Amino acid sequence: MSAQQYPDDLYYTKDHEWARLEDRDGQKLATIGVTRFAVDQLGDVTQVDLPKEGETVKQADVFGSVESVKAVSDLFAPLSGKIVKVNSPLSDSPEYVNEDPYDEGWMIQIAVGEAKELDGLLDAAAYQAFLREQGE
Amino acid sequence: MQHTPLHEAHLRLGAKMVDFGGWAMPVSYPGGIIDEHRATRQAVGVFDVCHMGEIHFRGERAAEAVQQLVTNDVGKLSDGRALYTVACLPTGGIVDDLIVYRISATHYLTVVNAANLVKDRAWFFEHARPLCDVTDASAETGLIAFQGPGAKHALQPLTKLPLGDLQSFAFVDRCEIAGVQASIARTGYTGEDGFEIFCAAEDAPALWDRLVEAAAGIGGKPAGLGARDTLRLEARLPLYGNDLDETTTPLEAGLGWVVKLDGAEFIGREALRAQKLAGVKRKLCGFEMTGRGIARHGYPLFDSDGRPSGTTTSGGPAPTLGKNIGLGYLPAELDRAGAHISVDCRGKRVDAEVVKGPFYKRGKA
Repeated sequence: MSAQQYPDDLYYTKDHEWARLEDRDGQKLATIGVTRFAVDQLGDVTQVDLPKEGETVKQADVFGSVESVKAVSDLFAPLSGKIVKVNSPLSDSPEYVNEDPYDEGWMIQIAVGEAKELDGLLDAAAYQAFLREQGE
Repeated sequence: MQHTPLHEAHLRLGAKMVDFGGWAMPVSYPGGIIDEHRATRQAVGVFDVCHMGEIHFRGERAAEAVQQLVTNDVGKLSDGRALYTVACLPTGGIVDDLIVYRISATHYLTVVNAANLVKDRAWFFEHARPLCDVTDASAETGLIAFQGPGAKHALQPLTKLPLGDLQSFAFVDRCEIAGVQASIARTGYTGEDGFEIFCAAEDAPALWDRLVEAAAGIGGKPAGLGARDTLRLEARLPLYGNDLDETTTPLEAGLGWVVKLDGAEFIGREALRAQKLAGVKRKLCGFEMTGRGIARHGYPLFDSDGRPSGTTTSGGPAPTLGKNIGLGYLPAELDRAGAHISVDCRGKRVDAEVVKGPFYKRGKA
């Protein structure tokens, strides 16, 4: 698997979400989406259901769902925090998730509440090792 | 898990394989389900259906043996003609839906669902073996579906048989296709024109490669079970295990047209007669989501007053229509175009509207 499939600057979960961290005015923000592996498993995404700005999410809790042609799958929050932005174009263009899962296909951005939760996430190498363990 | 003779071909094509009733089957190839769906609607799709069951009935009383098992009128078949039908329990519940082919007056073939083969075989053996020879040829038989508006055009160069002469639900028992001894029927499960081609299991890989090549020549491609499901749902063709089972009758499922109550005797006729006389209480209805949501198998359905009214049996996106559609059993009075219902999509009530007839109908060629 190439590094491009699992960029090195992201954090990953075993539920196949990713988080990209950035600092803005002293606040830690995390942009969240699903991994290339998740997208390959889902197939063509036809609908993405996301929460609203201002709502809060809790690490490991369901924050939305993705409908593909075949099935519906829950989205699990990699981190806790308050939602500051939602990728609303996904409601009309869910195919962005397939085409560009790490960029155009991002889902929500949160203000990270508990920085220590990051310790529970995987880096790109550990995530790929996890996929190999699962036989993928 | 069982493998079809085309297993290696699927792996070579990079298919995503899934367990389908004990069979390793391609759900899609790298282009994805929607791409395969469109290719089938616009050109041609090639489908591995080798997993389906083929049960032969041979002998002087073969017609009689098949007739007692199925609701449609086997007597109206002539050589080289096939019909769609269901087999029922004495209760009228559906054992399976199947196609019956009359090869000759003393030889009939039934093609049944893979997931039901073991059950069907036992049921058919029990009822038909006293009358004729019944054999399961599923393991030795390959079956490939070649479906789409371009099917005839793309297939003709591979055979001397004039395909234009083959009418819907007609078949030719012995012919040569791409150098392989085969039988070909103008049948399918996609709502498009097309063919289903039987051959010996060991010839299936060679035939598959030639069919895939012929399809590619007109912009077609191999298509997996995912596209097969979205295609059949748009065409409103029921799927056994989802829309049909032993607790549903053909009259409830909208398959009254294959039930000939005044014809020859068959298992389940009395129960179906009684149901028809009493009036069918629930119907398999088609619906279209008017709100934002996708119905899936098992999602509860409600009438416009919010009363629990039934369950979704099939549902998903309709790629050709750009809508989300579904099927489900509802009280007969809701089986009218435009009736308002709602679907419980994982805790969220989403509006939908009943639609009569197929969601998608192909244009006349």
